[in-house]
Amino acid sequence: MKVCITSKGPGPDDMMEERFGRAPFFIFFDTESEELNAVENPFASGAGGVGPRAAQVLIDNGAKSVVTGNVGGNALGALRAAGISIYFLRESGTVKAAFQQFKDGKLTKAF
Amino acid sequence: MNIIVASGKGGTGKTLVAANLAYALSDQKEVLLVDCDVEEPNLHLFFPQGGYELPVTTPVPVFDTDRCTACGKCAEVCRYGAITVLKEPPPLFFEKLCHSCGGCEMICPEGAIHEEERAIGKIRFSNPRDNIILISGILNEGEVMAPKVIAAAKSYAGGHPTTILDASPGIACPVVEAMQGADYCILVTESTPFGLHDLALAESVTRCLGIPSGVIINRFSEEDDQVMDFCRSKDLPVLMTIPFDREIARIQNTGGLISEGMPAYREKFADLFSRVTSAGGFSK
Amino acid sequence: MKKIVVISGKGGTGKTIFTASLTDLIPGPIGIADCDVEAANLALLLEHVDVRSRPFSGLEKARIIQDLCVGCGLCSINCRFDAIECQDGEYIVDPVHCEGCGVCMDICPEKAIVMEPMRDGTIYLSRTSKGLMSHAELCAGSGTSGLLVDQVKKEITGEMRDEKALIADGPPGIGCPTISAVSGMDAAVIVTEPSVSGLHDLERLVRMARGFDIRLFLVINKYDLEPGMSKKVGDYAATENIPVLGCVPFDPAVVDAVRKGIPPTRQDSPASQAIRSAYDKLAEMMELV
Repeated sequence: MKVCITSKGPGPDDMMEERFGRAPFFIFFDTESEELNAVENPFASGAGGVGPRAAQVLIDNGAKSVVTGNVGGNALGALRAAGISIYFLRESGTVKAAFQQFKDGKLTKAF
Repeated sequence: MNIIVASGKGGTGKTLVAANLAYALSDQKEVLLVDCDVEEPNLHLFFPQGGYELPVTTPVPVFDTDRCTACGKCAEVCRYGAITVLKEPPPLFFEKLCHSCGGCEMICPEGAIHEEERAIGKIRFSNPRDNIILISGILNEGEVMAPKVIAAAKSYAGGHPTTILDASPGIACPVVEAMQGADYCILVTESTPFGLHDLALAESVTRCLGIPSGVIINRFSEEDDQVMDFCRSKDLPVLMTIPFDREIARIQNTGGLISEGMPAYREKFADLFSRVTSAGGFSK
Repeated sequence: MKKIVVISGKGGTGKTIFTASLTDLIPGPIGIADCDVEAANLALLLEHVDVRSRPFSGLEKARIIQDLCVGCGLCSINCRFDAIECQDGEYIVDPVHCEGCGVCMDICPEKAIVMEPMRDGTIYLSRTSKGLMSHAELCAGSGTSGLLVDQVKKEITGEMRDEKALIADGPPGIGCPTISAVSGMDAAVIVTEPSVSGLHDLERLVRMARGFDIRLFLVINKYDLEPGMSKKVGDYAATENIPVLGCVPFDPAVVDAVRKGIPPTRQDSPASQAIRSAYDKLAEMMELV
C-alpha cells in the first residue's frame, strides 16, 4: 500500500518536511515494492487553502497513510474524510529513514 | 461629504476621532457613522444602544450527491483549496476558504452544484443619539472576507450627505475597500517613530488612491518634530494635535467621549469638520 | 526550540515594545520574526544590519492579453468582484479588485486571459546582536498578508540551527495574518490595555486562539491609567485560566526609549522593571533557560 512522506526535496536522502500543506514535495512509497514516486507540491506557496489541496494530491495519488510533522485543521478534516491514516514524526531525518520507521511499525497512528 | 478616518499603526486614536467628530457634528446636522473595522468594531462601545441587525451573506456551493460523479473538476478549478474531492460523492467543502467566485458551479459537467447564501457577518443599525446613526460592520469570528462586510456596511450608508467611516488599522485590502470613494481621509498618528513610520505607509495609500488627506497627531509631544516635518514635506495639513493627557485617556478608556467630558474638544472637533470641508483644508 | 508570538487583538497596546524587550532579555542566540507585515515596527527598536531581501508574490491575478481579446465581455459579465471593466474599448483587469479566482480565464473563449504572480511585498533578513531577524513590507491594498506572515516565519526558521527560541511580533486583529502568526507556535503572550476596546478585542482574540494548541499568557500594559478596567481584565484572565505575567505601569521612559530606537529594558525605569519581572515569570513557566 502507498504511504506519503512530506519532504524538502524529491529524493529519498532529502530531509523530511514537518509541515504538511506547504511541503515542497510529497514522496509516495509503495510498502511492498519499496518503489518511490516524488510529486512536487504545486500549492506550496499558495495564498490559502493549501492544506485541503495537499490532501487532494494524496487522494489523487492513492495514499493510504501519511507521515508528517503537523497538519492544520482543514487538511486534517480532508485527510480523515478520505480515510488516510496520519502519523506524526517530528525529529529531523531523511525521508528514507522516516519510511523505514513507518515500515518497522515504530510510528504511532495519530488519526 | 464622505470622510474616512484611517491610520497605518493601530491604537493611534481612529475611533476616538471618528466618534468625537460625529458627536460634535451632530449639533448641526444628521451624521452617519460607519464602523468599517469589521474584525474589531469598537464604535458601539462609545455609543451603546441596541439596534437591529441584518446578516451579510455570500454565495457558496451546495453539492447534489445524486448528480455528483466525483470527477474532481470542481476541486481542480477552485484556486482557494475550498473543495476536496473524495472517492465517493459528495466532495468536502471548506466554507471559510470559499471566495464565492462561482467557478465550481460553472464548471460542473453534471449540474450537481447550485449556490446558497451563507452568513459571514452582520450589519448592526442603531440611533444612539440625536442626529447620529451608527452602522457597524461585524465580521463573524474565523471568517476572512472582511472586504465583503465592509462593502455591505458602506452600501447602507451610500447617498447620505454626511458620512464618517472608521477604518481598520493597516494598509491591506480591508482598508483600501473602506477608503475607496472617500472625499477626504483623516490620518491619525502619534508622536513616536512608530507613528511616523506607519503614517508614511498610510499616506502612500491615500496618495495612490487619489484621496486628499490631512493628519491628526494624537498623544502629541512638543519635542517631536519628525512627524511635523514629514507632513510638511508631503504637503499634508496637520488638522489637529491632541496632547497626551491623563483625563483624555481616562475618558477614552472607559468608553466616554472627550467632546462630552471636555467641552473645549466639542468645539475643536466641530472646527475640524469645517477645516476638512473648506477647500484645501489647513494650509501651512 | 521554544516559539513565542506576541499578539494583542486591539492595535497599539504595546506588542512591539514588549517583543523588543523579550528579545533583549532572553539569552541568545535566538531567531526573531516581525509578523506585523502591514506596519513592521520591530526593526525600529533593534539595531540591525541587512543581510538580504527578496520580492514576495502572493495571489496570482488575471491579466488579459489584448492581442488575443475579441472584446466579447464574457469575463467582465462573470466577474463576481467587479474587477474587469471596458476602458477606451479595451477590457482591463483591475488588480486591486481581482481576487485571483480564475473564472475569467476559464470562461474566455479565446484563451486570452492568464494568471500571473503579482508583486505583493518584500521580505528582509537582517542580523541583530541577538540573532537573525526577518521582517517584511506588504504593498498597499494587498490581500495576502496571511501568506506573507507565513513567508516571514519561514524566512527565519529556514536559517535557524541551534537557537533556543523564536520570538515573533504578531499583527493586530484576529484575521488571517494573526492566524498565520499564531499557527505552529508554542505560546502566545497577549499584551492588552485596560480599556473597554482593549477588553472587547481581548475576548475575541482569546476565542480565536483557543482553536490552536497554544499556551496563552497575558500582560496588562499601562495598567495604572485605569485600575478599574485593569481589574476587569485580570478577572477575565482568571476565568479563562490565562496566567497574568505582569502589569506594566504607564511610563514616559518607554516613549523615550522608542525615540532613542532601543528596547525600554536597556534603561532602568518602573516600566522596564515590570517588563523584566514579566519576562522572569514567562521564562520560568516556559522553561526558557
